[in-house]
Amino acid sequence: MSTETTISIAELRRKQPRFSAIESGHRACLGCGQALAVRLVTEATGPDIMIANATGCLEIFTTPWPESAWRVPWMHSLFENTGAIASGMEAALKAQGRSTKVLAFGGDGGTFDIGFQALSGMLERDHNVLYVCYDNEAYMNTGVQRSGSTPHAAMTNTSPPGRERMGKRHLKKDVINIVASHHIPYAATASVAYPSDLRKKVRRALAIEGPTFLQIHAPCPLGWGHDGAISISVARMAVESGMFPIIELERGELTGVMPIRKPIPVADYLRAQQRFRHLFADDSRAREELEHLQALADHNIEVYGLQADADDLRDTSGADTVRRGGMRWA
Amino acid sequence: MLKALEGSQAIAETVALCRPQVVAAYPITPQTHIVENISKLVANGQLHCEFVSVESEFSAASVVLGAAAAGSRTYTATASQGLLLMTEVLYNIAGSRIPVVMTCANRAISAPLSIWNDQQDSMAVRDAGWIQLYCADNQEAVDTTIQAYRIAEQTELPVMVCMDGFTLTHTLEPIDIPDQALVDNYLPPYQFARRLDARQPISIGTLLSPDFYPEARHSHHQALLNAAERIIEADQEWQALSGRSCGGLLTVEGPDSATIGVLTLGSVIGTFREAVLEYPQAAAAKLLKLRSLRPFPIEALQQAVAGLQDLIVVERALSPGGGGIVGPEVRAALSELPNPPRVHNIAVGLGGRDIPLDLYPRLLRLAEAPQPLRFAVFDADCNKLAPEDR
Repeated sequence: MSTETTISIAELRRKQPRFSAIESGHRACLGCGQALAVRLVTEATGPDIMIANATGCLEIFTTPWPESAWRVPWMHSLFENTGAIASGMEAALKAQGRSTKVLAFGGDGGTFDIGFQALSGMLERDHNVLYVCYDNEAYMNTGVQRSGSTPHAAMTNTSPPGRERMGKRHLKKDVINIVASHHIPYAATASVAYPSDLRKKVRRALAIEGPTFLQIHAPCPLGWGHDGAISISVARMAVESGMFPIIELERGELTGVMPIRKPIPVADYLRAQQRFRHLFADDSRAREELEHLQALADHNIEVYGLQADADDLRDTSGADTVRRGGMRWA
Repeated sequence: MLKALEGSQAIAETVALCRPQVVAAYPITPQTHIVENISKLVANGQLHCEFVSVESEFSAASVVLGAAAAGSRTYTATASQGLLLMTEVLYNIAGSRIPVVMTCANRAISAPLSIWNDQQDSMAVRDAGWIQLYCADNQEAVDTTIQAYRIAEQTELPVMVCMDGFTLTHTLEPIDIPDQALVDNYLPPYQFARRLDARQPISIGTLLSPDFYPEARHSHHQALLNAAERIIEADQEWQALSGRSCGGLLTVEGPDSATIGVLTLGSVIGTFREAVLEYPQAAAAKLLKLRSLRPFPIEALQQAVAGLQDLIVVERALSPGGGGIVGPEVRAALSELPNPPRVHNIAVGLGGRDIPLDLYPRLLRLAEAPQPLRFAVFDADCNKLAPEDR
């Protein structure tokens, strides 16, 4: 049997009939993590879906009337009601006996903050909806203001560093555990830096009848202050430093994590982004905040057991998540 | 067949006859009996629908919006604070041209907190782009609810059926609940042309630049104006089937020779009808029942005031610092006439204040005043207030 490749990779890519619900030609920035995440999510869902989309960048850059980048039924209502719009869609489809899967798309502002109540209601009522939170850690659509998801000490336009402040004073809200505490069947985090893991989690969520939740870490070059060309490496550093743990929770219990073979210093991740530049000033408060952030990452690595065993060849970062029991899924 | 029913129970049974597939509601006085009764119908298998007990009115409105866009007939009900909490969604539903039907069990707005009836709530969302129909009694509320589905689905506009809280919702009246066959005959199954469907994907709720926004607003306004004909037709066709009319957009009753008119909306009309009988010595007056606040029936109103020298607009809400809400609209509509009647405007019955029968002869005496009354909270007793607030 020959293993010789007779087709170029580029040609192979072109020929692969992989569905994406979002067409090219939308108006996202270069290197937008959210646009990429949407493509990855809908590559895994296929076309038989219906999307409730919160107000935000995604809604703006995909639907400047009379154009639309969407190839699936899609509806944007408001900023804070996406969980409820999706609930209504799902109830309607159920009443009509239609099997189309409902997805809700929101940013971190629409999920952690203003839309949290509608999301919580949707989870509590057990609607068969996959809620995807595109987490770029601030209100980017309105011009980079802090949200409940903004990391501690990050600079935004409403958490600027100054004589009295070192960026955001509060911690990033632990939304994945808050969501998981609704004891929904499946809640997970993912990152655009790990596409196969992301797509697999979407397929897994889709296979479950009931509310599921996916929080996708998605860099915003404009808001984070890095070149659009390095979005993926920035996203990967967030995972490799322990700042953004990749985990899975079933019925509230931790069942899977993506291990980090060799954790990198948090400072490496932070230094790549302008939003943390004030932490590298010659300032004792900056040094203290750097230590603080490193401690947060160390804490994540410890509580989720992210540190891989270097001797175990299977334990390479990004290879796969480690199963810790719970529902098996191929 | 007439049955003695509480208004809320009658509405619940009527909603069931309209076969909604998704009902979403959050409890608020005085709407609670409606959704409790619907819950019972669902629990007893008399109504087959997805009943979504949401965590807020904001989500109640959002759930029916999502469900209607996905192709299901829907129902929700609220009042007062709940309606105000929904406000952003109400505009969104109307602007998206999604046909949903809602009952507003009219109630005052806090602060000061009041659970009792006036119409400040629905008046506060007057400009949301919904059709607003006001019911004089519970039979009208039943018939209007059925008509509302037909109107909403024909016009792709949401319809708010306004019935006075407690005065109607909690009052037993002899009510005819129509047969299922009659309602089915009148109300075809819900077909929404812009239904979200994976086989024919469309995008709803897109971003409009200034190049398109004014046209969208114009078409929404025009759709509401055009809805006037559909409202009249829906009422006429319902009358042909059931024998009952709710009075289209606006009705006039009383002697042709009368030179005084009293215009109101909602259940107050019932009080005035009784007062006419109670005070035969009072001046003859026409009663104008405004059923449709949106669309506002300007031509019908202009015709209705023919021969009147004084028109007294009685409403149960106000715009503080301005005056009445319906009154100025009536005044503006009549200003187009060569010899318009003088328009007096009062608010009564705010926050559930009783409207006694003897209010009626006192009202009619306004016609004797040298100047029309621009606006007053007619039954406010200023002796209860500090001098600087009077």
